[in-house]
Amino acid sequence: MSYFPITKQDQTEMLETIGIEHFGQLFNAIPSEIRNPKIDLPEPLSEMDAQKWFHELAAKNLNLKTNLSFLGAGCYEHFIPSIVKHIIGRSEFYTAYTPYQPEASQGTLQALFEYQSLICELTGMDVSNGSHYDGSTALAESVLMTLHETNRRKVLLASSIHPDYRRVTNTYLTGTDFKSREIPFSQNFELDLAALKKELNQDVASLVVQSPNFFGSIEKLNEAETLVHQNGSLLILVAHPLSYGFYKTAKEIGADIACGEGQPLGIPPSFGGPWLGYLATTRSLMRRIPGRLVGLTTDTQGKRAFCLTLQAREQHIRRERASSNICTNQALCALAACVYMSSLGKTGIRRIAELNLENSYYLRDELSKVKGIKVLNSGAIFNEFVIELPKSADLINQHLKSKNMIGGLNLERPYPACKNQMLICSTETKSKADLNQLVQAFKEVLK
Amino acid sequence: MNFPADLRYTKSHEWARKTGDKIVVGITDYAQHEISDVVFIELPHLSQQAEAGKAISIVESVKAAFDIYAPISGTVKAINTILESDPAIVNDDPYGKGWFFELTPTKPDEWEKLLTKDQYESLIKQGAKQ
Repeated sequence: MSYFPITKQDQTEMLETIGIEHFGQLFNAIPSEIRNPKIDLPEPLSEMDAQKWFHELAAKNLNLKTNLSFLGAGCYEHFIPSIVKHIIGRSEFYTAYTPYQPEASQGTLQALFEYQSLICELTGMDVSNGSHYDGSTALAESVLMTLHETNRRKVLLASSIHPDYRRVTNTYLTGTDFKSREIPFSQNFELDLAALKKELNQDVASLVVQSPNFFGSIEKLNEAETLVHQNGSLLILVAHPLSYGFYKTAKEIGADIACGEGQPLGIPPSFGGPWLGYLATTRSLMRRIPGRLVGLTTDTQGKRAFCLTLQAREQHIRRERASSNICTNQALCALAACVYMSSLGKTGIRRIAELNLENSYYLRDELSKVKGIKVLNSGAIFNEFVIELPKSADLINQHLKSKNMIGGLNLERPYPACKNQMLICSTETKSKADLNQLVQAFKEVLK
Repeated sequence: MNFPADLRYTKSHEWARKTGDKIVVGITDYAQHEISDVVFIELPHLSQQAEAGKAISIVESVKAAFDIYAPISGTVKAINTILESDPAIVNDDPYGKGWFFELTPTKPDEWEKLLTKDQYESLIKQGAKQ
């Protein structure tokens, strides 16, 4: 079929139909004095000057090459093997989206299938989708799955979940009949079981916990899991994906959905993303899973082939009855995660997890000996923990900055009650000397 | 195509059978044939309130997903859980083992508004002509 652009006659007919004479009249609602405003822009630059200008701007950022960073709080600096960059930069793969007519791009589909398989291995779950925009949207979609599955209206969110994730989830619930309630944390930043017991009733679809949680503590979930499932509710677990290399998998914990931020899997910590949400679940919730899902099948000649599957859940088929409006994924970031996980392998991921633990336990021990510092998580951690300081975390961070170090998050911002508290992170990227350097800087500033 | 005379039908291709004071619901032979191989069925919840003409269940076939509408209003008393593990029964035996759910009607008069075998059959024939 040939394509005909709009003709003069089409235009005249359309104008007549809506009863105006020319298209300019469509803008009558906008006062003429604010139409086509003069925008005061500087003179254009040559390419050479523009590049110079951008480099100067970029140099104002503190970067991770010349600064030692101890900042985590949901975004983590991990070593990225150079193979990741080389593979995802290949022109066959270099696309942000799952292509339209996806089955024509078997390589892309296979890579996503491998990503899904690796996420299942990592979390222990049965089915993973082809990824989400980021950890917070992966959580919000997981919450919707449980609300629809149980036909109940309330979700319980632990207050120790990343504040942004809770905010995004609540945005998703705005304007629906669904509600969220928060379960506070105890002194040691662990889930308050007594409060959970009080909130559990027949209206509760699911409990969401993060472990390691926002404060770095590993949650003890045996009792919570039993309580939640006895109540006919579901359990959603948010986790730093590399923590599965050392701690129990989501399946071992008894979670119905495992989700979170996949950025630690080979994606650099860039401000604003792009990031990667992972979401995996059990076989019984498979039909509720939102977004792209790649399956393995055979073609008409009996040869192995990959295809998008379970699409009947999606918007282009279910229209307004679709339970999610997510129709795409983070194909390139998922590919990066796939290459990262394959290049590390099973033993590599375990070793990285151990290095994160070794570093953060060492740093926690050393900082606890510094006069004026009180470590607040006494239990198990992965790569983060909270310290209480005799003065504002911002003041300390200013001092660290002068020593080319990026300190931890000032916890007072997301949690006003956490006065003078700092969330410190140490991944495998830090040497013992780096950690000692931070301890020394704390000693100096707290003298 | 088979349309038993003891059943009543809807324009949206569900059937309803009276068994005592209960109504059993499924999809017609015509419907299963049109949508082809059924791969998944989302059944209503027990004691869910059904409203005549409102979507209450979902059928996914290899072609697409379809809403199933309640033929009459009532309370869901039983669901055919076998369909969850073996949805193809709907294709093999739409009026027997392939039933969807059972209702206790809250507005029994609605039964008389449903189509008879003859009415439903002529509806299908009209559709075929178009």
